[in-house]
Amino acid sequence: MSVLRVLSCGPGVTVQDRGRAGFLAQGLSRGGAVDRLALEEGAALLGQPARTALEMAGMGGRFSCDAPLRIALTGAPMKASLDGAPLRWHASHLLPAGSVLEIGGVTAGAYGYLSVGGGFAEPERLGAQSAHLAAGLGRAVQAGDALALGQDRGGETGMLLEAAPRWAGGEIRILPSLQTDLYPRAEQTRFEQMEFTRDARANRMGARMNPGGAGFGLDAGQTILSEVITPGDIQIPGDGAPYVLLSECQTTGGYPRIGTVIPADLPKVAQAPAGAKVRFRFVSRDEALAAQAGFVRDVKGLAGRIAPLVRDPAMMQDLLSYTLISGMITGEEEP
Amino acid sequence: MTIPSDTGFPRIDSVGLDGLLVRFGETLDEPANRAALAFRAALERAGPDGVEECSTSLVSCYVRFDPLAVAPEDLSARLGALVKTQDWYAAALPEGRRLVTIPAVYGTDLAPQLAEAAAAAGMSEEEAITSLSQAQVRVTAIGFAPGQPYMGTLPEAWNIPRQTALTPQVPVGALVVAIRQLVLFSVSTPTGWRHVGQTAARLFQPESETPFLLRPGDEVRFPAVSRAVFERMKEDPSGGLTAEVLA
Repeated sequence: MSVLRVLSCGPGVTVQDRGRAGFLAQGLSRGGAVDRLALEEGAALLGQPARTALEMAGMGGRFSCDAPLRIALTGAPMKASLDGAPLRWHASHLLPAGSVLEIGGVTAGAYGYLSVGGGFAEPERLGAQSAHLAAGLGRAVQAGDALALGQDRGGETGMLLEAAPRWAGGEIRILPSLQTDLYPRAEQTRFEQMEFTRDARANRMGARMNPGGAGFGLDAGQTILSEVITPGDIQIPGDGAPYVLLSECQTTGGYPRIGTVIPADLPKVAQAPAGAKVRFRFVSRDEALAAQAGFVRDVKGLAGRIAPLVRDPAMMQDLLSYTLISGMITGEEEP
Repeated sequence: MTIPSDTGFPRIDSVGLDGLLVRFGETLDEPANRAALAFRAALERAGPDGVEECSTSLVSCYVRFDPLAVAPEDLSARLGALVKTQDWYAAALPEGRRLVTIPAVYGTDLAPQLAEAAAAAGMSEEEAITSLSQAQVRVTAIGFAPGQPYMGTLPEAWNIPRQTALTPQVPVGALVVAIRQLVLFSVSTPTGWRHVGQTAARLFQPESETPFLLRPGDEVRFPAVSRAVFERMKEDPSGGLTAEVLA
């Protein structure tokens, strides 16, 4: 079996997949990639069902494989090169046997992803490969690791996918949460009008957002009964600065939650780098549902949107027709 | 039905885009906790279409569903119909409950917030140790972190709030207190609860056949032990934890 050798890597590199659902009653949150869309983009670029990738928080590493290896680079764009020659992000490439892939720091966003042909084949714990550091499941990838690779059925490389931009914060859509009504209407309005800056304190559990004015602490906030928590919940501890909870969040908690980010906008929250400006806007359930349907539709359509990196004029006709029929082939792709 | 209608409970609320919460009360009380546990067991048996996962916290049952497949109004109506089938507040506790004993060191540098918590509860440190080490509490919920119990209910004096700021990190096995409840941490984590005791218990063992040690309904005691005994328990795979089945 082939392995991906980790010659060096940053401190926040982990194997991630779609996480492990079904353990909420035992206190274990689902976890998995903080930017689910990036996993799907990697799978689309490689034309495969595997949804495993190396998630790289801010900084990548140097990697090598003894056999030729297909890779896809998705999520937050990072500086990347193959034996010193620059590589496009949001694209698939073929690494010759023994070549060195070097992935540096992010140039925008927060989490980059390295997907491999065949996916990773690391041991599963409680049904998934993903490290869940908050739960003590697995560990971060380290220099010297040799990560097991699955069998690649092969396919094209040198393909490009224009990724939905989500690297700079912006407007985040939210729904009411369990304690929204504890906040006076005027406070909810002020929350929507406030510009927040993503704090340097952020990880796979959540991201702190610093208000540009007075915080949003609640007088009654310290004695609320602990209730279920879901990814996206905007929890506000006593100091008044909200935390948006992400994939490795706790499963219950007693700090008040003013709202919850809709699932379709979670990749945007996760990818907002430190210093990015963020605003929150309450939306109706209908709008949130439409956004979710759109998100699912976009994911299904990813495979139809990949195009060759090199735009040879002789291929342009094919390219155009490929784009035109993309709506027809999406239904056959895996969700 | 003996549910008092003026309380507004049980009540069904939506949680984000893909969840519903059946709440049996708004403060922790024993009948409401039993109601939540029994309701979830019944819901799992009924297995309504579109439900992907359910869990309980202290006095509520959470239901996650596929929002593109199920209309929350329909699922809510089905949950409402199940709510009406019996008096959940009179339901029995889960079967197979156990009495679990987990020795703890109170205070010292191992659990540095005992003095602060005792003061908030209006007790001396000695009184606080006596109160906490003699209490028998029940696992009312598993949550926050894997296998991690919320346990209650402590005497009224322990109705102390959480801290306004988070403690950056408490170790695995930390016993913490707030709002008449104890939590025993299964992972190292930030917390707003005050760290009053330290145990050698490992409540989440992912490599084990039974990764999650405690279950809702179990009774738990935390007798005080010396640091020397604690150091020995750390070498013991069970962490000094013992359990007997309750009749």
